[in-house]
Amino acid sequence: MRLRLRFDSLRATTPLEYARHFVAGGLVTVAASLIAQRYGPVIGGLFLAFPGIFPPSISLVAKHKREREAAQGFVGVRSALAEASVEAAGASAGAAGLGAFGLVLWKGLPGHPLAPVLLVAGAAWAMVSYAMWWLREKL
Amino acid sequence: MIELLLRFLIGGAVVSLFAVLGDTVKPESLGGIFAAAPTIALATVALTLHERGTGYVALEGRSMMAGAAAFFVYACAVSWVMMRRRTRALPTATALLMVWAGMAATLWAVWLRG
Repeated sequence: MRLRLRFDSLRATTPLEYARHFVAGGLVTVAASLIAQRYGPVIGGLFLAFPGIFPPSISLVAKHKREREAAQGFVGVRSALAEASVEAAGASAGAAGLGAFGLVLWKGLPGHPLAPVLLVAGAAWAMVSYAMWWLREKL
Repeated sequence: MIELLLRFLIGGAVVSLFAVLGDTVKPESLGGIFAAAPTIALATVALTLHERGTGYVALEGRSMMAGAAAFFVYACAVSWVMMRRRTRALPTATALLMVWAGMAATLWAVWLRG
């Protein structure tokens, strides 16, 4: 299966939905920061991988699929759930990459400057996520 | 207060950017990896490092691995439940956040605490 970029799919998301993403992302980030300030880095670090914006995101995926199906005259509840389920499976691959990102921060930061460590961590997230996704597709 | 506002704005911007990427990348299963992008870490790590130093952020990175393992189990559970039980997306994904919390607490107890 080949990687494609479909910019027309951005039209399915309304400005209000993007605004909700922005607010939800901001709130989750502030909450994670407050937890880290209150309970320290060991518990705070757990919340750097908290799936706080995942439920609204996956709900949006299902809603957009239902709307596309409705435009063609179908009900689309089952296919919407299937698409959201596939999205969640993809997120599990991204979560594996998230672990690689944390590993690079943990092992890399004490002795190296932030910028190159973040670059390597970002690359580790992308590579591990893609590898996990590819493996899942093959299996 | 200004620092929290800054974190809110940066967090919102980073999450929005990854949401756009997730919408753009096809197939959908590959776009799904952006739902588990390191958005909160990218939004906070520079400010945290400036305030607390590298050792603090490195410790957060170790805990982030445990949080990511919990996210992996959570995402698999959401995918499985929606495919098999055909439950609605938002209530399913919200209710199953308990799976993330349970896994994260377990990993904290057996690995991180101490």
